[in-house]
Parts: sequence; structure tokens; C-alpha cells
Amino acid sequence: MSGHAELAARWVERARAAGADEAEVMVNESTHLSCTVRQGAIEALTEATSRSLHLRVFSDHRVARASSSDLRESTLETLVRGAVERARLASPDECAGLPEAAAAPPPADALGLFDPAVAALTADEALALARETERIGLSLDPRVGNSGGAGFHRGRGQVWLVNSRGFAGSYRATSLSLSLYLLGASSGNEQVADYWYSSARTRAGLDLPEAIARTTVERVQRHFGARKVATQETPVVFEPLAAAELLSDLFGAVTGEAIHLRRSFLAGALGERVAAEGVTIVDDGLLPGGLGSRPFDREGVPTQRTPVFENGVLRNYLCGAYSARRLGCQSTGNGTGDGEAPSNFYLAAGPHAPEAILASVARGLYLTRLLGQGVNLVTGDYSRGAFGLWIEDGRFVHPVHEITISGNLRTMLAGMLMVGSDLDFRDQFAAPTVKIEAMTVAGT
Amino acid sequence: MSAREFFQRLHGIDAPLLERVLAQALARGGDYADVYVEFRRHTSIHLEENLLKETGESVALGAGVRVVSGEETGYAYTNDLTLDGLLEAARTASAIARGGKSAAEKLSPREVASRYAAVEAQSDGAWEQKSAFVRAADAAARASDPRVQDVSASWNDEWRHVLIATSTGELVADTQPLFTFSVSVIAQANGNRQAGWKNRGLRAGLEAFTVAEAEALAREAVVQAATLLEAGEAPAGEMPVVLAPGTSGVLLHESVGHPLEADANRKKLSVFSGRLGEKVATELCTVVDDATRPRLRGSLNVDGEATVPRCPTVLIERGVLRAYLQDRLSARLMKLAPTGNGRRQDYASIPIPRMTNTFLDAGGDNPDEILRSVERGIYCKAFSGGQVEPAAGRFTFSMHEAYLIEGGRITRPIRGATLIGSGTDILQNIVAVGHDLVMDTGAWMCGKGGQGAAVGVGTPTVKIARMTVGGRR
Repeated sequence: MSGHAELAARWVERARAAGADEAEVMVNESTHLSCTVRQGAIEALTEATSRSLHLRVFSDHRVARASSSDLRESTLETLVRGAVERARLASPDECAGLPEAAAAPPPADALGLFDPAVAALTADEALALARETERIGLSLDPRVGNSGGAGFHRGRGQVWLVNSRGFAGSYRATSLSLSLYLLGASSGNEQVADYWYSSARTRAGLDLPEAIARTTVERVQRHFGARKVATQETPVVFEPLAAAELLSDLFGAVTGEAIHLRRSFLAGALGERVAAEGVTIVDDGLLPGGLGSRPFDREGVPTQRTPVFENGVLRNYLCGAYSARRLGCQSTGNGTGDGEAPSNFYLAAGPHAPEAILASVARGLYLTRLLGQGVNLVTGDYSRGAFGLWIEDGRFVHPVHEITISGNLRTMLAGMLMVGSDLDFRDQFAAPTVKIEAMTVAGT
Repeated sequence: MSAREFFQRLHGIDAPLLERVLAQALARGGDYADVYVEFRRHTSIHLEENLLKETGESVALGAGVRVVSGEETGYAYTNDLTLDGLLEAARTASAIARGGKSAAEKLSPREVASRYAAVEAQSDGAWEQKSAFVRAADAAARASDPRVQDVSASWNDEWRHVLIATSTGELVADTQPLFTFSVSVIAQANGNRQAGWKNRGLRAGLEAFTVAEAEALAREAVVQAATLLEAGEAPAGEMPVVLAPGTSGVLLHESVGHPLEADANRKKLSVFSGRLGEKVATELCTVVDDATRPRLRGSLNVDGEATVPRCPTVLIERGVLRAYLQDRLSARLMKLAPTGNGRRQDYASIPIPRMTNTFLDAGGDNPDEILRSVERGIYCKAFSGGQVEPAAGRFTFSMHEAYLIEGGRITRPIRGATLIGSGTDILQNIVAVGHDLVMDTGAWMCGKGGQGAAVGVGTPTVKIARMTVGGRR
């Protein structure tokens, strides 16, 4: 494995020798094991190892990049020479360059990113987990009788990053996930499908097959007999999975790149109380065992915990080295070398039990799934397909489908009047149940 | 250099070597095996804020080996294209095989005429030309309207050599170009900011695009942003919807195309499962998937598993369901013929049924009369994408540029909104189809099972009697 550290360091030197002022090389090596089981049979079993090298060079504040999954000397030589030469094509941009040398990143092992038990999982174990999940799922309710398959994925990888300002770092990580997709129909009604999953960095962090199967079946059952509702303005309660999807849309509006390009409705709003008082949104790269955790970002900057919204006030944008220079702030360890990526981006838990949130709604929508795009980050306009449960007097009365919800992200943030206590890190975007005061539900 | 020469000369991969790999793949049994060898070079150039921000080049080289045994598929891929690397992948892929008796046949190379012969967009001097495209778009956008605040423009191209060998004796090579040019502008007036964008994507090289086209697309993007500056809120609720020709084909792609993929139908996961021969749409609807058109984004000489598409696949003929989009596996299990729709994103991906260029065929209606028949509704001109949930056929698609129709005339622009419907209802609600079929040349990417694929869409002017519009008024 140390061969890859040397490989990265060698190509940084080669790029400098070819004329680059600064150079950065990342080498990745990963192995994948994935399977799908459907109706008890193996649908697909894939195993592979892959490698790649990624290079950035700077000359006179002009950047060029290259990457390759062919690590032979001759290929890399051509790519590196080409990149150094191509850098001249770019316009000089004084903000372009590697990040300033920063404090040493936290030790990778402290983040709990690697589990030897995950790394050692075999294909037979993977198949057994998927089979068990599907078998239980198909045994719980005769109306839920068809399966789109149970899937398992295991990844194990290591990253080596070296740059010409003296940074050299490496970390390894594992991840695994188990999912189930089921279909069913109650008498005379159309087919309903839904899924559930668990993902984690450690074997112990993965939900049991039975828990995944039961949740999937419940998610299908609750949509039997869905209908449309009349077009109206109502409160919308996002269940955690749907709220996490809203967070992933919001992320795009708080990146340094979206802000300095003014392609976000939140440009210029730093310090303003944009969201309701109970809203605290955080990007935390140091969350132990987090699926988005890592000791340093793609540019070698240590990750950190960054409050984005604090009690409703927009406090920070998430930046890489370039955006930070443009905006006159510090990198938050979200750099990709080409914009920003989230670490663990989540809405912090609030004081309200999910049942209490439901009980507070006289008439409205409990949103369970979103469909399609329909988010304009420049204006904040938001309009998406939706599935859910209709609420009357604080109780579910019937499922709904073929509707849309629409609003504007700015008003939606201001309207987040109740934030649930049920935060659950199922992915790198996470949120508890949250109630938005008013959105347009379009149906008949 | 042809793809076959490329792999033979540079990597020593020829028919005898691939025969050894296929023999290894079937050594433990199995019904079928294939090897997919791929080289892909991608280059990009990006302009923003008047600056040519960066250029990029990437190379991918790898191979995937697949073994099929009954309904089960074993798959392995590698970046190591030596005989040892490929044999190792074949051994890994064969793990699922239990019994069976197939032996790999001797490979016989097949030549296919290209539907997209192109000049490699990565030759000397190409960078200057690509820079000229993005700079021209920037200048044209800024010159056309003082409200333009920022312009971003990018060019991406891909040059892909593939070599596919199957245990049934096929050996097919292909060289697949692809380019995408896109321009996006922000216009501002009275504190209101709006984005407009246009793109062009073809299975072609540098020769198929010009500075004049870059400028024209940039000006169209400005007009779109300027239109949105004047736009009011979109209405909410059910109403008639008229689709403009071309890009609106994304509606057919989502509502009909995905639910007609054979894997979903074989597994009874689609609303169209088991309905071949049934009337599923109004008689005005004929829906076709056609990989054989020259140079469109979804055009293919050969799919990802050596099937050569010979003719268009008529999916729905005057309202009657005629065919599914097949790959080899589903076709065999359903006892139907492959249609050349077994596509894969890259060597790391298993082929699955995918669309190529999918369109609603021209009808007999006059587009102006279609508009005149609508008292109050929506005219959709540009889309930013869509999604479908095939089990019940619910689909959305998101309008980026749309207008109100009042009294049979297009009156005012409205802001973006999502439309939602169900595939089966939509097909029964198509009440007029224009004679003005347009195949769109936009840069559409379709996602399925984590795999991206370049696709083409098309449609004439279409009237849908009623759809739910997700606006706010």
C-alpha cells in the first residue's frame, strides 16, 4: 500500500519538473462487493478492485487537471505533460492554487471510518444478508408479495493525497449498505412500491435484516388505497428521509461556489435570520463513524464541524480553498478542488416528539417520498412530485399520491416551525421530522 | 485507429486472448459469458465569470467479465488488461456458476457500419477550437442583453473504444464519440435573478459543432432567462397541458420509456407487465425507440453486449403495446428477441435494458389548432428533467420555461414547476398529436440503477387533456 503514497509523491515531483508551480496528486484504491437477491435467487454478484490517479497542476495561477485509471508510466507521463501544457490555456486567476499549509488533520483512526469486520465480509455473507432481508420482507403480509430485490454493497478503500506544499496524508475507510424494495397491492387497488435501507461504516452500525424488512413492509402497507387530494395550501410534515432529501437540496445553496457565483438564493444573506429559530444546520466532517466523515478534504484541508445555520441565523458557507479566497474566509474542509462537497450535513434534532408534530396539524400532508427535480437554487423555487399520508385533526386518515408540493426554499426555511427529536444518521444527509408551516399541495 | 487495432496494438488484446478469457469464465459452468473492454478519453473546458477557468483530461481503461447462469449474473471488472488480470476477473465472475454445459464458441469478428463516424475531438489544435466555443458563447450572451450578469459555458467530449466478445462467438468493436456543449446565463432586473440554459449533445466529434452554434445557443439561453424575469407564479391543480415539440420528449421517456424496460416487466415491477398486445394508449400514440438514427445522443452501432440494432423498435403502435426494451438476459427469459437495448455505463457496470433515442411519432394535427383548442392551460417549452416510479407509473417532469394558454393563445410566461401524472393515464389523455416531430439535440442523460446513459428524446406538439401542475397559485 505504501507503493501508492510513493506513486503520488513521485508524480507531484514529475509535474513540478515538467514546469508546474504547484501540483497535487490523489491516488485511490478500492474494492467493491455487491449483490442483488430477488425471489431468493442471486440476480447479480459483482466483485472488483479499481485504482485511479487524479492530478491538479497550477502554473501562474492557471489550473489544469487530469485523471486516469491506467496507472502505467507512459500513460501518466503523457497526461502530466499535457496538463502542464494545457494550464497555459486557462485565464490567470489569483485565487487559484493549492490551499495554504494548514494544521495537521485529526488521526484517521479516531473517526471510526474503517472496520476490519466490514473489510473481511465475504460474498457468501453478503448473499446471506440479502437473502434473509428479502425472505423476511416477503413473509410479513400476503398483500406484499413481489420484490424488486434486496441489495447489499460493501466498499473498502484507501486514499493517498500529496501536494507540493508539503501535505501528505492517507486514510482508509469501509462502508456497507443493505436495502430492500418491495411491491404490493390491496384488493382492487394499484400496485404500491417502496424501499428501505441501512448504511454504515461498521458492521455493528448496520441495521438487522429483520428491521429493514419490517420497515419496508410498513412503508408499502401505509400507501395502500392512496388517492389525490384537492389543491390547497397546508402545513407539510417531512418525515426524516424526505427531510434529509430537502437538506441535500439546501446544501447546493450554501456552497462557496454557489455563493461567489451568486447562483444561490442565499448569496449575501450571511448573518441574517433566514430560518425559523429552531433551525440549526451543521456540516460535521468529524462525526465518529459518519458516512461523510473524513480527516481531510479532497485538497488536504482538515475537516471540521461548521455551523451553517445557528438558531435560524445563516452563519457560514461551506468552502474549499478557491471559494474561501474569493469570499475572504477560511476553507471549511469541504473542498473538492472543483467546488464543494458535504461531509455529514444535517438538521440538528429539536425538542419535539414526532407524535407531537403530527398532533399539531389540523389538516395537512405528511410527506413520505419525493419524486423528480424541480429545485431552482438561484430563485429558491421548489416544486416536486410527492407521496404521503393525509392528516386531519392530528391523525393519518388516508394515503395520497400523484400530487406536488411547492414553495420557495427561503420561506420554507422560515416556516420550519417544529423540528423533531428523531434525528437519525442513515446517510451523509440527515434530518429529523420537520414541519413546514405552509406549502401549496397541488392535486385535483 | 479503429477500436480493434487500438486494443490489439496497444494492449495485445485479440480474438485468441479473448477466447481464453471466455473459456475461463465458463470453466465452472454457466449459460453465457461476455467480455467488455473499454478505453475512454474525456476532455473538458469550462468558462465562467469571463475567465477560462480550467481544462481537464481523463483516461479510463478497464474490462468487465460477465457470466450468466440461469437468471443469475456474476460480474467482475478490472483495470488490469493483461491476460492474467482478465483471467482473474473471469474466475471471480464465474463464482455464481453451478453446472451447465456451455462452451465458448470460436470468435468471428463482425464489422458494423458506423452511424457516427467522427473526427476525434482530441487531436492537436482541438483545445483552441474548444476554447473558441466557450469564449464565443460568453461574448454573444453578454452582447445580447445588458441584464446578463454572468455566463458559464462548458464543452465536454468523450472518445470511447469498445471491444465486446461473447461466448456465442460474436466479436464486435466500436468507436463511440460524444460531445456536450452547455451554456448557462444569469440575468438580473430589479433584484430578481433568473437562470437560462441551453445545451447541445450529439454522438459526434468536434466537426459537428461550430462557433456560430455556440453563439446561437448562448442567445437562446439569454432569451430564456429574460423571459423568466417577466414570469409570474405557475398555477396549481389539474389542467390541459400542451407540449412543445422536441425537448418535451422527456415526458415520453419517463412516463412510457422506463416502464417499458424489459427487466421491470419480466419481474412484474411495471404497470405495463404482461400487457403486450393490449391497447394502452389512444390511437394517436405511436412510440418508438431508435438507435439507428445517425449521430443522435442515444444512437448506437452496437449495444453494450454485442447486439447490433438493425431497425427502430416500435414500442406502442397506434395505442397498442407491441414491444419492451430488451437486453439479452430479459429477452432469453421472456422468450423474445433482443432489441439492442442492453446498455452499460462503462466497464464497471452490468448491461441492463435502457432507452436509446425515444420519441412519440408524428400525428396529423396542426400545432396551431392544438393551441387554439385550449381555453386555459399550460404550454411547456423547456424541461430540466424528470423521474418515474415504474411500479404504479407515477412520473414527474420539471418545466423550466413554460407559458399560460388563455383563450387558445400563449399569453404570459410562468416560473418553473413540476408536473405529475401516471404513465397509463397520460397515454389515455393524449388527445392531439401534431405533424411537427422534432428530435431534440439537447444533452440528455438518463439514470437507472446508478448507471448514466446518453439518450435522445423527441416529440411533435402534443396535447394532454389533463395533468396536475405543481405551481403555487
